[in-house]
Amino acid sequence: MKNKYIFILSITIVCGMLLALFSEGLKSKTIFNQELDKKKNILETIGVNVKIMENDEIMNYFNDNIKEIVLDANGVEFSNIKHNELEIVEDNITGELTYSYNGVDYLPAYISEKKNALIIPVSGKGLWSSLYGYFALDITNYSTVKGITFYRHGETPGLGAEITKSWFKTSFIDKEIYLDNQLQSIIVTKAGQADKSSLYEVDGISGATITSRGVEVLLKRDLLRYEKYFRINK
Amino acid sequence: MNKKIFLDPLIDNNPISRQVLGICSALAVTVKLEQAFVMTLALTFVVTMSNIIISMLRKYIPSSIRIIVQLTVISTLVTLIDKVLAAYMYDVSKELSVFIALIVTNCIVMGRADAFAMQNNMKDSFLDGLGNGLGYGSMLILVAFFRELFGFGTIFDYRILPEMFNNGLMLLAPGAFIILGLIIWAQRSLTAHVEE
Repeated sequence: MKNKYIFILSITIVCGMLLALFSEGLKSKTIFNQELDKKKNILETIGVNVKIMENDEIMNYFNDNIKEIVLDANGVEFSNIKHNELEIVEDNITGELTYSYNGVDYLPAYISEKKNALIIPVSGKGLWSSLYGYFALDITNYSTVKGITFYRHGETPGLGAEITKSWFKTSFIDKEIYLDNQLQSIIVTKAGQADKSSLYEVDGISGATITSRGVEVLLKRDLLRYEKYFRINK
Repeated sequence: MNKKIFLDPLIDNNPISRQVLGICSALAVTVKLEQAFVMTLALTFVVTMSNIIISMLRKYIPSSIRIIVQLTVISTLVTLIDKVLAAYMYDVSKELSVFIALIVTNCIVMGRADAFAMQNNMKDSFLDGLGNGLGYGSMLILVAFFRELFGFGTIFDYRILPEMFNNGLMLLAPGAFIILGLIIWAQRSLTAHVEE
């Protein structure tokens, strides 16, 4: 009878120690991977081919060419805060991320002067999970899309997870988000139904209509949050 | 005898087509061949290792808590795989992470631990685990082959059929059900097996 408890306790301790050991041992590598993956995704939105670059090259390229900026609620650049000082809170229903510092909301963004691009983080709900990504705009008019990527999601491989595939991402490039000076954003239609000549429509993913809709919704919402900044700098 | 332990679950007693176990993941990760392969490797590793460990401990595990012990061992193994993938194969881990975690709930793993490893020595348990993992994997790959071919028109992302033949149904769960059903039907008509 007593044996039972000793047995399960020792199994638990051994397993727990093993897990802790692996978790700690691999932690720095995993964090590095996540950080690298974020930077890769940011660079990918502005058309840098990260697939042929070594990890160090990616890190260096990012540090040399990308400037992190923080905007206040009026869309004005605010230079006293760094990105990693912002506290991030996610809305569990919409997947929207809010960034705050001492209780005041700010918005983070990245600028690449070399590529003339502004990169903003975007996030929202897909079918099963939150989608997190980056969206890049041309800073000459704040309307032409430079690119989009998603670095984290929990959608079904082969269906919703197609949002990370190049056919889907490239379909956004050179689209426009402003129509007659109104923020129109990009419409993600049902699969195969996008008007190819339209500057505002892209094809959705077949078998993943809800994920496709989610992309449309999150883009519009997050772009609206940055609109003041676009207006000021246009 | 030993050979039979390994070969049996590959075809005659296949966990998916014959015992109809582990169907959930067979529906979920068979959209593309690449994912089916990684899943096969991960599950084969987990079922083999858990069989070995459970078999090693079988004489000491009190029978009233055996399921808890099995579950602890299996979930530890699965979490380890998840961590290793995240550190060394980050891209694969990003795509499969949620399914890797769900190996814990795969009936094949616990089924083999409880039905086989608890009664047999380490060597046989190892062969049984390997056989069942690969038996499961071969079905996964077979289903994924047809789904990727008819759903995307590709094999390992290499285009075989023109895009106009793509069939969206193949990408959804019903497509997997239909293909799996056809495979089971074909196998049972060949072996003339009838469920008692």
